[in-house]
Amino acid sequence: MSEVQNPAGAPGFLALENLSLAYGDQTAVENLNLEVREGELLALLGPSGCGKTTTMRAIAGLLAPQSGRILLGGEDITAKSANTREVGLVFQSYALFPHLSVFENVAFGLRLRRVAGDELNRRVIEAVEMVGLNGFERRLPRELSGGQQQRVALARSVVVRPRLLLLDEPLSNLDARLRLEMRSELQRLQRELGVTMLYVTHDQVEALALAHRVVVMNAGKIAQQGSPADIYERPSSAFVAQFVGFENLFRRTAQGLAGDKGALPWPGGIRTGMGAAALAWRPRHVALGHGPFEGRVVGASYLGEAVEYLIDSAAGTVKAQAPTQLERFAIESTVKFDLPMADAVLLQSD
Amino acid sequence: MNHFLRITGWATLAAIFIFLLGPFLLIAAAGLSAGETLAFPPQGLSLRWFHAVFAMDNFRASFILSMQLAVASTLLALLLGVPAAYGLSRYRVPGREVIRTIVFTPVIVPGIIVGLALLRHAVIPLDMSVNLALVLAHTVLVVPYAVRVVTASLENLRPDVEEAAVMLGATRLRTFFRIVLPNIMNGILAAFILGFVTSFNQVPVSLFLTGPGVTTLPIDMLASMEYVYDPSIAALSALMALMSMVIVLVAERLLGLSRYV
Repeated sequence: MSEVQNPAGAPGFLALENLSLAYGDQTAVENLNLEVREGELLALLGPSGCGKTTTMRAIAGLLAPQSGRILLGGEDITAKSANTREVGLVFQSYALFPHLSVFENVAFGLRLRRVAGDELNRRVIEAVEMVGLNGFERRLPRELSGGQQQRVALARSVVVRPRLLLLDEPLSNLDARLRLEMRSELQRLQRELGVTMLYVTHDQVEALALAHRVVVMNAGKIAQQGSPADIYERPSSAFVAQFVGFENLFRRTAQGLAGDKGALPWPGGIRTGMGAAALAWRPRHVALGHGPFEGRVVGASYLGEAVEYLIDSAAGTVKAQAPTQLERFAIESTVKFDLPMADAVLLQSD
Repeated sequence: MNHFLRITGWATLAAIFIFLLGPFLLIAAAGLSAGETLAFPPQGLSLRWFHAVFAMDNFRASFILSMQLAVASTLLALLLGVPAAYGLSRYRVPGREVIRTIVFTPVIVPGIIVGLALLRHAVIPLDMSVNLALVLAHTVLVVPYAVRVVTASLENLRPDVEEAAVMLGATRLRTFFRIVLPNIMNGILAAFILGFVTSFNQVPVSLFLTGPGVTTLPIDMLASMEYVYDPSIAALSALMALMSMVIVLVAERLLGLSRYV
């Protein structure tokens, strides 16, 4: 993984202070505090319903907070209406204006700012070129593919030079190959323009690959924030651990470990990780064919590079991944496995 | 068996078409008569009664009134219906379903009752002129179509398209005129056509509200039938039916009217 350097812009360029948000009488976000550096690409990561999109809509000005403040560049914008915030928003559905050509879609914000004539043309063409759509200016949105539409949406948002660009799951409607392509495109754009970006996604791979910093949200609160490596390698809670792929989670007990079905006695007792409340392993770290534990294979799926097994153990189901070239285990067979302490992540809370 | 089913199917279809189009065809045929009295089968064929209709002053006056009334009341209904449809589909209006139901009542309640109610409790107490009463009554009758058709076309426009305009700096009002309106124009045209035809062919409500010297074409025809026995009424009926059919057919071709209703 190539890591991106966090820019050294002013901290707290965007600041959320004790922000509480609700839809109707249903609280979505409670007492959220968050700071984003100028020029930073921050990913807001979480499962659907965690409040990430709600938070983004509040920053955009499309949703009024119950309480708390939103500051942008030191200015309190909490009461400012959405159309005067100079904040760009790229929608998951692209939300292009269906009756306007690519050119007019991109020109829309500029015309509102009374940009006209040569300058209008120059800036629109520049933005269209930046997203690689030269020659498509006269097309209507419905004549473009999903990926092309998303590029137009991007050009339309950045052409007015917003102070902050919000992106709401911008790649989730694209196919896998396009997603990869757009991901590097987004990074390039961010590098070239230096615009502060807040990227909302439920896809951890996307968040880790794109962002300078990742904020994981759960149930309306921040679960953890840090660099992509922090989040991926050192999750601090069971929620984050499972979200980033530590799918085998066990509670720490006096005898060893316990899962949702029962205890998994640790031979000789666990000495490391004394302070931890729980331990978790990624499926690929579960060693098969040897070890002190035993289980029955109840599922096996071929993933190409690896085979994924579901093993029914005393503690519950354990998910393991073994490289394809290693020994295969048949369904219903009994298999020994090991949970190497070196690969475990120690969690303070379960 | 298959063969039998197909024949039965075609026969049923033919029966339905005869049932639907039969009266119109009979009237049209009666209007094409060369004779002096309204009768079927027609006595000889000619277009003389179709020509005669255009020479009748009273029909010309009521035709013009009907046209004016249909245009005015449909425009008014759209002026009320478009914002209403927008508000109901975009905002969390309390009691939204109740409001929708109330808006649609003029379509559900029999016209006789609507007409009588308007006459007894609005037109007479407020001492309205016949023209005003007709315009208001027809507006009330057309609003449901305007709301319904415009709502259908608003549902095809995602709300985030409007939010995108707002995020680019547009006010809600500007967003409505620059983004929403161009995208629901087909719906508005469809609503106009439906409203126009509804108003133009309206009988039961107009019956209560027209007065001496001020009458709509359908009411005028109804009245004439009591003392005119020549085929002119049949010719005129055929013309009116034809006009509505052509309008709806053209609208269907250009706008896909049936998508909205």
